[in-house]
Amino acid sequence: MDLRYAERDETFRRELRAWLAEAAPAHGTPPPRDDWAARRDYDLGWQRKLFDAGYAGINWPKEYGGLGASLTEELVYYEEIARARAPYIGMNFVGIRHGGPTIIAEGTDAQKALHLPRILRGEEVWCQGFSEPTAGSDLAALRTSAVRDGDDYVVNGQKIWTSFAQSADYCEMLVRTDTASKHGGISWVIMPMNLDGIEIRPLPTLLGETDFSEMFLENVRIPVENLVGEENDGWRVTNVTLRFERGTAWAADIIELQQTLRELAALAQRITRDDAAAWEDRALRRELGHLSAEVESLWAMVKLQVSELAKTGVPGLGGSVIKLAFTELNQRIYEFGTQLLGRAGLSREDVADLPAQRIVDKYLNTLSLTIAAGSSQIQRNILSERVLGLPKERR
Amino acid sequence: MDFRVTEDQQALQEGIRSFCEGRVPFESLVALEKAPLDRELFAELAEMGVFSLRLPEAEGGVGLGMAEAALVFAELGRRLVPGPLVWTHLAAGLIDGAADGSVVVGGLDRTRPSSEPILVEYLDGLDVLLVLEPDGVRRIEAKALEGEPVATPLDPLTPLAHVAELPEGERIGDADLSRRLVREGAVLASALLFGMAEATQEYATAYAKQREQFDRIIGGFQAIKHILADAYVRQEQARATVYAAAATLDGRGVDDPDRAASVAKLIAGEMALKNARACVQVYGGMGYTWEMPPHYYLKRTFVLEHVFGTVHAHADLVADHLGASA
Repeated sequence: MDLRYAERDETFRRELRAWLAEAAPAHGTPPPRDDWAARRDYDLGWQRKLFDAGYAGINWPKEYGGLGASLTEELVYYEEIARARAPYIGMNFVGIRHGGPTIIAEGTDAQKALHLPRILRGEEVWCQGFSEPTAGSDLAALRTSAVRDGDDYVVNGQKIWTSFAQSADYCEMLVRTDTASKHGGISWVIMPMNLDGIEIRPLPTLLGETDFSEMFLENVRIPVENLVGEENDGWRVTNVTLRFERGTAWAADIIELQQTLRELAALAQRITRDDAAAWEDRALRRELGHLSAEVESLWAMVKLQVSELAKTGVPGLGGSVIKLAFTELNQRIYEFGTQLLGRAGLSREDVADLPAQRIVDKYLNTLSLTIAAGSSQIQRNILSERVLGLPKERR
Repeated sequence: MDFRVTEDQQALQEGIRSFCEGRVPFESLVALEKAPLDRELFAELAEMGVFSLRLPEAEGGVGLGMAEAALVFAELGRRLVPGPLVWTHLAAGLIDGAADGSVVVGGLDRTRPSSEPILVEYLDGLDVLLVLEPDGVRRIEAKALEGEPVATPLDPLTPLAHVAELPEGERIGDADLSRRLVREGAVLASALLFGMAEATQEYATAYAKQREQFDRIIGGFQAIKHILADAYVRQEQARATVYAAAATLDGRGVDDPDRAASVAKLIAGEMALKNARACVQVYGGMGYTWEMPPHYYLKRTFVLEHVFGTVHAHADLVADHLGASA
């Protein structure tokens, strides 16, 4: 039971911190949310800098150009990225965290040679085509069909919630190659986004942003060589990606929450409520203390899970536990932030030197977290069935 | 960093678990209601090293740390083992006879001045009372205390006596010692609470697997499954937090020990109470009866809430740390 980092981790920290101290501020502030060309340049440019400095692909194996970092180095990495307020992974997310790892595990040599170096160098943006209008929590109900015709699959259907579709070069996509079996009729394919028959319609979020799109696919011809894994084995391939998920998925976000709480405390110290600094309000201060303790407990959970995984190599269901607790706590913290702002929180721009823009937009954004990537309700089903052994839902 | 429970620690944990399961099953607890402080059991716990665990070997102790103590106390919490266990453990090395259980030590945490009545737990069975105050630690002989027993204490296994006034006693330590004992007491109480949070989740899950309504076991309903999943999350949150505090007090942490102890007491206290309530709810009507386990756990959480700092008091302390770093 030892939480101290090893000397090796601290050396890694010192070097990374020194590099970030120059590189992060030099990359400038993010471009406006709706300037897609500038956002692509900004996100890919940062990935390129990580690559040149030797920090790209933190958890990718060395043989594929990654850093092959230990789990504790990965935690240190997230701590330092957050501390330096370095750019967010942004558009690199699907390539670095999903598409790339899946190709590493299941891809052909040609697929690896084509994509992995380009993802690491920040030369390819990936998007995800999993969900469909009628296949959300029940993802395996997906219907987008892929029918073999010579050396191509001819794909027809509709995808939804596709982030960065308008900027992506490739899409990791699940298609139905067999209608006779629900889970056993799904295939995982790489779809180049420049093919004919792909129509992208932005789907504005409740933030008014166009990060999401609907994708309409009409007779899109995807070469069979773009299949990853075997035909009809896509459900298993999808779950392979989870093997890369080492309990660190939320580490960066939890550290960011610790920072946010310090910022909210500082804000409370400088704004006036009822003739005194808001910080003098004991109930408000107590609530902040409570939230701070809860964030700390999540951080301890991450460390416990990472330690288990480092030794056993088997990812448990701790990811579901942390996702459930973290996403709900995140909402409460930013909701607290909007209340602290008072009427300034009615604005989504900074007013009177109050950071309304960040807090209010973050709050709105947190509403997606308990829905995306397995809603809180799905996580509760998973935990109650797989950990507690309660009866399964009808599938 | 290796935050896992080590193999040696696991062996210790399993030893105390199997002792508790054999020696203090739920049925035996019910039998202890009339006289909760069973000196024979107390001696056996002493024999297991529960009180001498952290005393250096040179002083006749086991020479282990807070990490091991937290694991042991989590097991004691799981089975609601009665007695002034935390106080006697804290007194080892301070009060002769505490380490081997021959002297039963109780205590009062009076470090936060208030108008609360002085309610001493297990007074009838005590030899010595430790009193923690902001400026130091006092030792009072139990026989010098006059208390009016509370006929119906909230927790049937934690008898209370109302003491009008505390005699002077003997000063045995300064403010630093008092602060240290509160910090360690908070972590040990957190460990008990974590064990209770785990036990109530397990009781509720087991009940939900055998109770049938509408021709199916109630554990198949999402309404019940989700209560239990949340209880599991809370249990795991408490576990990680208590382990982190224990490691930090052992000098194997990266946080301030006082803050870590506050976080643990707050989180474990909150999770234990919520899980006990969930357990009562999942048991349905049976959860409202005296003969079933849930209420014992619920009531014990209140006993532990009001010593070594409440959830609110610790939230205030964590806020102070946050304010200082803002």
